[in-house]
Amino acid sequence: MSTRIVVDPVTRIEGHLRIEADIENGKIKDAYSSGTMVRLLEEILKGRDPLDAWAYVGRVCGVCTSIHSLTSVRCVEDALGIVIPPNAELVRNIMNAALYMHDHVVHFYHLHAMDWVDVVNALKADPKKTSELAQSISHWPKSSPGYFSDLQKRITKFVESGQLGIFSNGYWGHPAYKLPAEVNLIGLAHYLEALEWQKEMVKVQTIFGGKNPHPNYLVGGMACAISTDDISGLNAERLAYVGQLLKDGKEFIEQVYIPDLMAIASFYKDWGAIGGGLGSYMAYGDFPTNGYRDVASYKFPQGVILNKDISKVMDVDMRKDDEIQEFIDNSWYEYKGSGGLHPWKGESKIKYTGPKPPFENLDTTQKYSYLKTPRWKGNAVEVGPLARVLVGYARGREDFKAVVDKALTDLNVPVTALFSTLGRTAARGLESVLVSQWGLEFYDQLIDNIKKGDTRMAESKMRDSSNWPDKALGVGHAEAPRGALAHWINIEDEKIANYQLVVPTTWNASPRDAKGQVSAYEAALRDTPIADPKQPVEILRTVHSFDPCLACAVHLYDEEGKHINRISVLGD
Amino acid sequence: MDKPTVQKIPTYLEEFKRKGYSRKDFLKFCTLMGAYLGLESTALGQVVKAMETKPRLPVIWLHFQECTCCSESFIRSSHPIVADVLLDQISLDYTETLMAASGHQAEEAMRNTMTKYKGEYILCVEGSVPTAADGVYCMIGGKTSMQILEEAAADAKAVIAWGSCACNGCVQAAKPNPTSATPIHKLVKGKPIIKVPGCPPIGEVMAGVIVHVVTFGRLPDLDALGRPKAFYSKRVHDTCYRRPYYDAGLYVESFDDENAKKGYCLYKVGCKGPSTYNACGVTKWNNGVSFPIQSGHGCFGCSEENYWDNGRIYERASAFPGFGIESTADTVGKTALAATGVALAAHAIMTNVRKKKLIKNLEKEGKESEQELKS
Repeated sequence: MSTRIVVDPVTRIEGHLRIEADIENGKIKDAYSSGTMVRLLEEILKGRDPLDAWAYVGRVCGVCTSIHSLTSVRCVEDALGIVIPPNAELVRNIMNAALYMHDHVVHFYHLHAMDWVDVVNALKADPKKTSELAQSISHWPKSSPGYFSDLQKRITKFVESGQLGIFSNGYWGHPAYKLPAEVNLIGLAHYLEALEWQKEMVKVQTIFGGKNPHPNYLVGGMACAISTDDISGLNAERLAYVGQLLKDGKEFIEQVYIPDLMAIASFYKDWGAIGGGLGSYMAYGDFPTNGYRDVASYKFPQGVILNKDISKVMDVDMRKDDEIQEFIDNSWYEYKGSGGLHPWKGESKIKYTGPKPPFENLDTTQKYSYLKTPRWKGNAVEVGPLARVLVGYARGREDFKAVVDKALTDLNVPVTALFSTLGRTAARGLESVLVSQWGLEFYDQLIDNIKKGDTRMAESKMRDSSNWPDKALGVGHAEAPRGALAHWINIEDEKIANYQLVVPTTWNASPRDAKGQVSAYEAALRDTPIADPKQPVEILRTVHSFDPCLACAVHLYDEEGKHINRISVLGD
Repeated sequence: MDKPTVQKIPTYLEEFKRKGYSRKDFLKFCTLMGAYLGLESTALGQVVKAMETKPRLPVIWLHFQECTCCSESFIRSSHPIVADVLLDQISLDYTETLMAASGHQAEEAMRNTMTKYKGEYILCVEGSVPTAADGVYCMIGGKTSMQILEEAAADAKAVIAWGSCACNGCVQAAKPNPTSATPIHKLVKGKPIIKVPGCPPIGEVMAGVIVHVVTFGRLPDLDALGRPKAFYSKRVHDTCYRRPYYDAGLYVESFDDENAKKGYCLYKVGCKGPSTYNACGVTKWNNGVSFPIQSGHGCFGCSEENYWDNGRIYERASAFPGFGIESTADTVGKTALAATGVALAAHAIMTNVRKKKLIKNLEKEGKESEQELKS
């Protein structure tokens, strides 16, 4: 007999995720992933100005902030045939690099670390030993015995107050926590340091985009004019600021994030055989170096790997009718027909058929999520850092091979350890190293361009809608920190006729399809050992290794626009 | 499980000790305090106890229809830094973004605070509440956001509505508002509500609101719309460093043109600074690094009510309903004098009723300075 357990809310994620799992003989027999919040942004976009779309869809997510705006401007530029100036591409790449650096570090320390690091146990650490350990793995300066001892005192005082705040009710003392107290203390120290660091990293986006979260983008380029001789433009001071931030960010990743990741991973090698899941991966690729349309120029290569076969990488075509399709067999939506639909031909309306709240359990034999189920040529695929790293590795890219092979050697684990919860978490760190290097490359190129006299930042001619065709279709794609992201637009009479998003967490967290084929979360959770069903920290480890982002994942589109009437009947 | 539950927070006593005073000094202080407050000596014990055990401000932070940009903005605060806020100033007992516990343990943490600090905790709400279809468009732990908000607000001391979602429904409330996304003040009655709009609000503004409550022990002064006066009583336009270009009629005509490189006013490419009340021009973003206008893009009014339905982003504000200077906008700046005149007219028309007096004074000042310029 299996026992059903529920984790809802899954915290330390973006959005609202519910996991139900059946436990049998100390292992997860089957798991169900459900998105439980919906905003219907695609419906709201209809009839609006395509030039404004980036701002609306930017609000899909404030954690992976900026990536939806970037995808959206690419989508509209694709539809209208706009080629942006090289400087704008570089600025977008630099902003995206800053997003990766920020987002991955915040994920590791603030969203994921407490699955591995026992905060309360850190109080038992010997500060002197902690210092020795810290200095043996990194030359990060904040590592003296006094530093760790002061921190420990501060946290002891905090814990003794009885008000544990964000640390309340954690699974502290759970047998699945394996780190020595000294590693726990380092983890805790860097949790706090990273909290302070992250607010610096985002300033790259503030300089170019005016604010963060939600910096400003622009169809046709970027709004931040280059003006080396004016206080308002990108001048020497602004550019030097960006350069400094990128360098400091790279330093933190190399001297804090990676050493911590490797130290922690070395105590959890068993997780290199848990949580692998699908074994099929997809990346759209990103960081163009010769324009968005030249996919071969991307720093992150594009491709699909099926069934762990890294000897074969297939191409993806987002425009083809039969490649990317979304299904709703277990989602709270309705189709007129049956089967899957390409996003350009989307047709659906929302229809909640779950239990009436408040409820204890979902009926998972029926529809059970607001997420749809996307498939690539009928295959369930995982997207995200692991997919990108594996595609880079399988494509034979030397930069990927170098970081991956070094990590495998350092941890003394086989290449198969990549297909796991640990592999997913490690891949996020490894690509952060690459991206932080690329960020500086893009920066140097930007400076070089300006030096040569190219100061163009936006192409404005096609911003005038009188130059637009009557109808246009576009695709914008990107690699969000959480994985492959694409938007599809249909412009008619200068307005958005249809706008659709298929986002990373929809690929990963979606419910199973009609064939019973599960998506990445559900696949990865199967067979995971659960020591104590009342404290399922193991579920959090695997789910967090994907870095869930649910606000992104839940959406709805309806080419017919019919469900508006329906909603207003349901509404107040 | 190592789960301390004893509450023995010697905040004030500890503060005394830290500063080198003894417990005897502390008791003396309490006696004086008691005398000052006119208490009987028998009540002194209570004072001592209260001072010894005053907890950090308990905070419950709920997440409904949102994108978490508010939480992200909050952790961007530079002064104070968020680590200090979390460790020293408040006890953030529930927040889905940062808390260690999930599922039942998370729900229990919230319940504990609601019981133990009944009437004392601050309820922060990020996100709007969908009321369509009996609330099923946002469910957490099997309950609708409507149910959760009602329960959590019942015993809260005050409510902070973070960001435009909680204050006005933001993007999901834009037409046709398919989920009936509803702002908090329409659902919570009989509680003080502080509205902190913006998409997101500036991090330092968010921390500033919290710090105000902790430091001064009371809620900040609010304007007629329920926003802290400190941060929302000035228009972006009036605090914008590019304002002189507006007054002189010098505008960016299209992005990346020569005027953009000179940092001219962005009004003609859609800047909504003239109708937006926020601290962006003064506090700026991410510890004062920049704000949208400084980085070359107009303000699109993310802290204003229903801004997603107030015209297109790149449409100049003159096309707003009731803002009838469309025909004259292009001629602004032909002469310095005409510019001032139109600018003043613009101010008057764009002015919200609630700010009429303030603007009247500004107009007066403007006219005076115009006189000065003439003479």
